[in-house]
Amino acid sequence: METFNLDLPSSILAWITFIPMIGMAAIMFVPKTNMTLVKGITYVATFIPFVLASVVYWGYDKGHSGYQYAQEASWISINNFNVFWRVGVDGLSLPLVWLTTILLFLAVPASETVPRVSKAYFALLLMLEVGILGVFISLDYFLFYVFWEVMLLPMYFLIGIWGGPKREYAAIKFFLYTLAGSVLMLVALVALYLNQPDGMETFSIPAMMAIGGAQGWAAGPELLGMQFTTWVFWFLFIGFAIKIPCFPFHTWLPDAHVQAPTPISVILAGILLKLGGYGLIRGCFPIVPDAFRDNAYILGVLGVISIVYGAYVALGQTDFKRMVAYSSVSHMGFVLLGMAALTEWGMNGAALQMFNHGTSSAACFLVVGVIYDRAHHRDLNAFGGVAQPMPRYWALATIAFFASLGLPGMAGFVSEAMTLVGSFQSPDPRFRILVLIAALGVVLTGAYILWALQRVFLGPLNEKYKDYEDITGREIFSLAPLLFLCVFLGIFPYYLLDWMDVGVIDLMKLLSPGS
Amino acid sequence: MPDPESLNPLTIAQWKWLLAVPLIPLAGYVIQIFFGKHLPRKGDWLMTGGMFVVMCITVTMFFVAYGHTSVGVDGHAGSAFFAESVRPGPEGQTFSWDWLYMSRAKDAGLSLPTGLMYDGLGAAMLAVVGIVSFFVHLFSIGYMQGDRRYHIFFANISLFTFAMLGLVLSDNLLFLFIFWELMGLMSYLLIGHFAQDPTSHRIKQAAAACKKAFMTTRVGDTCLLFGMAMLYFLIPEQYNEYVAQGLIEGDTIAGSFRFTDLWSNASAIVEANHGDYPLWLTVAGLFVFGGTVGKSAQVPLHIWLPDAMEGPTPVSAMIHAATMVAAGVFLLGRTFPLMSPEALAVIAAVGAVTALFAATIGCTVYDIKGVLAYSTISQLGFMVASIGCGALGLVAGLFHMVTHAFFKACLFLSAGSVIHGCHHEQDMRKMGGLRKKMPITFACMLICTLAIAGMPLFSGFYSKDRIIAAAFGGMSLKFNGGNFAASVFLPVAACLTTFYMFRLIFMTFFGAPRDHHVDEHAHESPKNMTISLMSLAALGMLGGYVWFLHPLDLMGNHGTWFTRMVDWRTMYPGVDLTETNLKGMVGGLAHRHGTAADDLEHFYHGFNPHYTALIVSIGVLLIGVFVAAQMYLRRKWNPAKVTETLGEAYVWVENKYYVDEVVDASVIKGSKALANGQRWFDENVVDGVVLSVGRIGKGLGFLCAWIDKHIVDGIVNLVGNLTQAFGSAVRLFQTGRIQQYVSFAVAGGILVAAFHLLS
Repeated sequence: METFNLDLPSSILAWITFIPMIGMAAIMFVPKTNMTLVKGITYVATFIPFVLASVVYWGYDKGHSGYQYAQEASWISINNFNVFWRVGVDGLSLPLVWLTTILLFLAVPASETVPRVSKAYFALLLMLEVGILGVFISLDYFLFYVFWEVMLLPMYFLIGIWGGPKREYAAIKFFLYTLAGSVLMLVALVALYLNQPDGMETFSIPAMMAIGGAQGWAAGPELLGMQFTTWVFWFLFIGFAIKIPCFPFHTWLPDAHVQAPTPISVILAGILLKLGGYGLIRGCFPIVPDAFRDNAYILGVLGVISIVYGAYVALGQTDFKRMVAYSSVSHMGFVLLGMAALTEWGMNGAALQMFNHGTSSAACFLVVGVIYDRAHHRDLNAFGGVAQPMPRYWALATIAFFASLGLPGMAGFVSEAMTLVGSFQSPDPRFRILVLIAALGVVLTGAYILWALQRVFLGPLNEKYKDYEDITGREIFSLAPLLFLCVFLGIFPYYLLDWMDVGVIDLMKLLSPGS
Repeated sequence: MPDPESLNPLTIAQWKWLLAVPLIPLAGYVIQIFFGKHLPRKGDWLMTGGMFVVMCITVTMFFVAYGHTSVGVDGHAGSAFFAESVRPGPEGQTFSWDWLYMSRAKDAGLSLPTGLMYDGLGAAMLAVVGIVSFFVHLFSIGYMQGDRRYHIFFANISLFTFAMLGLVLSDNLLFLFIFWELMGLMSYLLIGHFAQDPTSHRIKQAAAACKKAFMTTRVGDTCLLFGMAMLYFLIPEQYNEYVAQGLIEGDTIAGSFRFTDLWSNASAIVEANHGDYPLWLTVAGLFVFGGTVGKSAQVPLHIWLPDAMEGPTPVSAMIHAATMVAAGVFLLGRTFPLMSPEALAVIAAVGAVTALFAATIGCTVYDIKGVLAYSTISQLGFMVASIGCGALGLVAGLFHMVTHAFFKACLFLSAGSVIHGCHHEQDMRKMGGLRKKMPITFACMLICTLAIAGMPLFSGFYSKDRIIAAAFGGMSLKFNGGNFAASVFLPVAACLTTFYMFRLIFMTFFGAPRDHHVDEHAHESPKNMTISLMSLAALGMLGGYVWFLHPLDLMGNHGTWFTRMVDWRTMYPGVDLTETNLKGMVGGLAHRHGTAADDLEHFYHGFNPHYTALIVSIGVLLIGVFVAAQMYLRRKWNPAKVTETLGEAYVWVENKYYVDEVVDASVIKGSKALANGQRWFDENVVDGVVLSVGRIGKGLGFLCAWIDKHIVDGIVNLVGNLTQAFGSAVRLFQTGRIQQYVSFAVAGGILVAAFHLLS
C-alpha cells in the first residue's frame, strides 16, 4: 500500500479539534425550538472532523517515525512557566483520533431517542469531542491535562441530566472518581516539572520522554522508601488506570454505563476508556520507563485480574447493559496485559485491542440500546425469543457480540491473540502463567455472551415482545459502520497495524533499558 | 523423501481453481443473506448449484493430485503428492496472501504469508467435503421445505462449507484455527436453527444446545490457541539454542505457524535431542490435542455432540458427522510430527476410552438420531485412538475419517428421511416395519450399516480393519498404556457398534409397525432426497476401496486409493518420522529393507496383526449382528430381561454415565456460583470501599460544616459579639457633654505623661 503525502496545512489537527467547538458556538445561537437545525449543525460539525481525520490518516507517512502534522506555539509564558500549544500525531494516537471522530458522528443519530434531548445536549456532545480530540493530539503535558479536564465536565452533565433514574449518583461518582485520578496526575506532573533543571523546565511530552529515557530523572527526594520516579509512576498509573478502568478502580464504570443514555455509553466505552490506555503509553510508561519496567509484572497481574474477574462479574449480571459494561473491564484487561509484557507483539496487540474494543463494545451498547428503547428495561431474564419478531436485529446483534467475543475472522481476535501471544513471548517467564489464566477469561467471555444471547434472542417468545418493530434504518445507520469495521479489520488488520506499528517501534525504543 | 523443489507441482490456474473452492460458497452466502428471501425458491437452487460446481472442482482436482502419485513397489513408498502455494510452482510463481503483517515486519522477513496447501490428505478431505456438502444441500431442498427460515438455513450451511473448505486448504495453523472457530460459529447458528422457530416444540432445548456446543468446544479451542502460542515461540527458542550449540546446522529461525516449518523445525529439534521430545513439546502437543478433544467430541468434552442433534438433520449429517467433527482428526493429521510418543499414548488412550464409552451408550438410546450421535463419537474415538498408535494408525485413522464421512452422512440423511417420512417422529420404539414403505431409505441405510459395522467389501472394513491392525501392531512393537487401551477397547467397541447399528435397523425397518399413527403417515421421501441417499450409499460402499477393480486383492492388502495418496513415509516432506516419534517403534525390528521407514511398513504389511485384525473384525461383526438379531429381530431374548440382568450397570449407561449431571453440578453451577460471588464482591467490597471513601469524605464535610458553623463561625461571631458589646459599653461614655470629654482628655494626658515619665 503506497501512502501519498498530502500537503495538508500544519493547522489541520487544530481544525479537527476545534470544528466541533465552532459547531457548539453556532448551536448557541439557534432557538431551542428548532431542533432540526441543531441536529443538522451537529451532524456537520462531527462529520467534517471525520473527513479531515480520514484524510490525515491516509496522508500519514508510515515511512517516518515520530510525530507528524506537528504544530507548536507558545500559549502561557510567565517567567519559568511555559506552556505551549504543542500538538502532533503518531501511529498510536492517529487511529484513536479517527475512531473518536467516527464514533461521535455515529452518536448523533443514536441520540434521537434520548429522552428530553435538547440543544444543550448536542452542544455538550460537541464540547466532549473537543476535549477528547485535544487529549489525543496534545504533545504538551499541560495542554494534555487541560483537555483531559475539559472532557470531564460535559460527560458529567450528559450523564447527570440525560441519564437513567439514578443518573445523579452515577454522574457524581464518575466525576469524583475521575477527578481523583486527575489530581494524582497533576501532582505527578508538577513534580516532574519541578524536578527538571532550573531554567530548562518544560511540559513537552517528547522532551520528558527524552529525560526519562536517556538522562534519567534527577533522583529527587526518597519518600517512604520509594524512589521519586516510582512515586511518579504510580501516581500517573492510578490516574490512568481509573480511566481504563482496571481492577480495582473500575466500579464507576457500570454505574456510569447503566445510567448514561445509549450514545453516551457508546462514547464512554468506545473512546473514554481508551484515554486511559492511551495515557499510559503516551504519558506514563515512556516518561518513567525504569519504574515501569520494575513494576510491569504487577501491571500484568492487574490486567489478568481484570480479564478474569471482569468476565466472572459479567457472567453474574442480570442487567444487559451492566453485563456489557463489565465485559469492557474484561476486554480492557487485555490492553494492560499486552502493554505490561513489553514485547512488540504485546504492544501492537494492546494498541489494536483499544481500537477494536472501541468498535465492538460501542456496537454492543448500540445493540442494547435498540432493545431498551422498545422494552424500557434491560433485565436479561425477562426477555426471550426476541429474534422471532426482529430477525434483522438478531443478525446484527450476533455480529456485534461475536466480535466482542473475539471470534477469529473478526477484529477482536487479532488483537486478543496478539496480546496473549505477545505476553507469552515476554522475557519474564511468569507471564506465561498469566497467559494461561487469561485464557480462562477467553472461555468465560464466550459463556456470558452466549448465555445473554440465548436469554434475549432464542427460545420461546415472550408474548409481550411479539409486536416489536424490527431494527430501523436509523439504528442500522449507527450500527452498520461499526460492524463493518469489526469484520473488515479482522480480515485486513494491516490497515491499522501498519500505522500503529510505526508508533510502537518508537515506543519500544523508549521503553527498552538504556535507550 | 521428495526434494523441496518438487513441492509445488500445480500451475497457477490450478491454484486459482482451488481458491475458488472456498470462495464460491462464501459468495453464495453473501448473496443469500442479503437477497435470498427475494430470490425465486428462496435461493436454494443457487446454493445447491454452487455446491455442485465446488464438488466438480474438488473431485477433478483430486484426480489431478491422484495422477501425481504412484503406487509403492514391494513395500517401498511410492511418489507422493504435495503442493504448497507459497513455494514457486512450475511457472515460477507463488500464490499467497499476507494477512497479519506490518510493512516493517515484512521487510525483515517476519510476515505471516498465508497460502494454500494441497497434499494427498488435503485432496482427499477436500473432495469428501465437496461431495458430502453437495448431497446435503440437495437433500435439504426436500427436507427443509416449508421451514420459516429456509433461506437463512441455506446461507448458514453455505458459510459453514466455506469454513470447512478453507480449513482443509490452510497451509498454516493460524488460518486453520480461524476457520475452525468460524465453523464453531456456524455450528452454533445451525444447531440453534429451531431456537427461533415458534412452531418447533423443542425450541428451548435448541437454544440451550447451541450454546452448550459452542462453549464446550471453546474450552478445547482455548487449549489449542495456547498450544499454538507455545509452538510459535518455543520452537524457535529451542532451535536457535541448538544452532548456537552447533547441534543443528544452518541459520536461526523465526516463529512460524506454517505446517511445513513446524514439522521440519520440530523434527530437527527432536533429532538434535537424540530422538527425545523435550517436555514442553509434549505439553504443547497435548494442548493442541485439546482442540481435537473439543471439536471431535472426545471424552470428557463429548457432551455437546448428542445435544447438537437439536439442529436440523442435514446439519447433523454434514457438520456433526462428516466434516466439522472430523476436523479435529484432520488437525491431528496435520500436527502428527509434533506429537511425542508420550503425547501419542495419551491420544490413543483418550480415543480408545471414547470409542468404548460412547458405543455402550449408543446401545441404550432410543432416539434414532441419538444412536447415530453416540455412534459418531465412538467412531471419532476410533480415529483418534488409531492416530495415537503410530505410523500405520495415522493413515488408518485418517482413512476412517474419509470413509466415515460417507457412510455416516448417509446414515444421518437416511435417519432424516425416516424422520421426514414419519412426521418428525424420532423415537425408534414407535417405528417398525418401515422397510416396505421406504425401500430406498432402507436399502441405503442397510448398506451404510454394513459399512460402519466393518463388513468386508464395504468401505468401513478397509479403514476399521487397519485401525485394529495398527492398535495390535503398535502394541507388539512398543507397549504403552495408550495402545494397550486401543487394542483392548477398540475390538469391544467394534462389536458394540455392530450391535447398536443392527438394533437400529431391526427396530426401525423390521417387525410389525408399533405406532399406528406413525405407520399411517410413513412414506418414501421425494427424489432429491433419495438421490442424495443413493449416491452417498454408493460411496459408503465403495468409497474406501473399489474392490471390483482389484478382484485378486479383495482385502486391499496391496493398498487402496487412500493409502496411495496418504503414506506416512511421505506425507510430511522433509521429516523422517522414524527418527522422531516413531523411533522407539523401529528399534525392535529384525529385518532391514532399505530405510527404517520401509522396515516398519514391512512389519505392518507382513506381520500377523493384519490377519489377526481381520479375524477379530469379522468375529465381532458376527457376534454383534447375532445378538442384535436375537434381541430385536427374532425376539428370542427379551430386551427388558437383558436390561434387568445388567441391573445397575445398565442404569449408569442409560444415563450416559451421569457426565452431563456431573459437569452441570461442578463446572456450570460452580462457574455461576463463582460469578454471583464475584458480583457480590464487586458490588459490596470493591464498590463498598469506593462508597466508604465517598461517605467518609461526605462525613468529613458534614463535620467540617459543623465545626465551621459552630466553632469557626462561632469565633467570628464571638469576635463580632464582643465588638458589639464593647461598642455598647463605650457608648456609655458618649454623653455629649463637653465638660466630661475635656476631663477625659486631661485624664488621658496625665496618664500618657505619667507613662513617659515612669518608663
